[in-house]
Amino acid sequence: MLDVKAGDEQSFTLLLQRYRTPLVNFLYRMVRNREQAEDLAQEVFLRVYRAREDYVPSAKFTTWLFRIATNLALNSVRDNRYQRMEISLDAPVTADAEDGDEKTMDVAEKHANIEQHLIAETRRKMIRHAIEKLPEKQRAAVLLHKYQELDYGEISKILDCSESALKSLLFRAYETLRVELAPLVAQQARQ
Amino acid sequence: MERKIIGYVDGRLKEGERLEVGKHLSTCAACQLRANEFRAVNVLLDELPMTEPSAAFDVRVQARVAAEPTKQSWWAWFAPSPRVAFVASMLVLATVWLGSRPTDSSLSATDIDKINQNMQVLEDYDVISDFAPLTELPPPVQNDDASDSNQNQQM
Repeated sequence: MLDVKAGDEQSFTLLLQRYRTPLVNFLYRMVRNREQAEDLAQEVFLRVYRAREDYVPSAKFTTWLFRIATNLALNSVRDNRYQRMEISLDAPVTADAEDGDEKTMDVAEKHANIEQHLIAETRRKMIRHAIEKLPEKQRAAVLLHKYQELDYGEISKILDCSESALKSLLFRAYETLRVELAPLVAQQARQ
Repeated sequence: MERKIIGYVDGRLKEGERLEVGKHLSTCAACQLRANEFRAVNVLLDELPMTEPSAAFDVRVQARVAAEPTKQSWWAWFAPSPRVAFVASMLVLATVWLGSRPTDSSLSATDIDKINQNMQVLEDYDVISDFAPLTELPPPVQNDDASDSNQNQQM
């Protein structure tokens, strides 16, 4: 980021390549709409570019990046403008970008594993649904904790709360997930 | 314990806290079960696949970045702009032109001679018009003829 600040355009391209996938994933899981997630991710990179000259490396770059992303995502979730565009969780499986791997599968293989795929898809739906049902701040906390693997200090800075409050937030979120996913949890515990 | 159990499951607790929670779990079946269930949730969350950005994502970001107005530093204020340079050069040309114009030569030589001849009179007038002792003189007597006629009538 310091290279970007110094006017190195190539470094901005590297930042883009390094962080676009985790950012789009985080935003997609927050807003549940791919198009919206990509628009928000573009906005995040644009804000990073605009703020490059004022950037002070007082915290990790990822903390700063995900703070911008989280604020945009929380505003977007709270804003009903995009609610009508949301893809229903009951939409056909092939319409979901997360299941793009199915497109590359051979038809015969698909038939052979159809039962396993149906089971796996049902599980995914349940998991997505459970995450989506979380209050937005708890959802952001879980996504940053689980998928971005940020430490408590970073997440608490991103969510603008104390570490102690974050731990309570995470406990409540995982407790909700545990209850929502109880059948899967029991199944998983047996394995 | 609630605040520490997630950290225990994800392995992010400090060593002292980890030992403390581990000790508690070894004696508390309910907390042990809860910890196992949180581990199961953690594994379940891994089942969600990653989403790749669309192929046009980078192009869109770069296009938006390219469309950003370039930010000028305050040093740019000193940089010569064509408009300012044009105005400045016009001002210089106007100054040079005005400076090189010949002085007013509308007076002929005879006019100048006449002025020189009358210069003494003009200087005298200038002195007299502003001569203080003259301002202290009594006012001139007015209506002498009228007072004479009145005296004749009385007589």
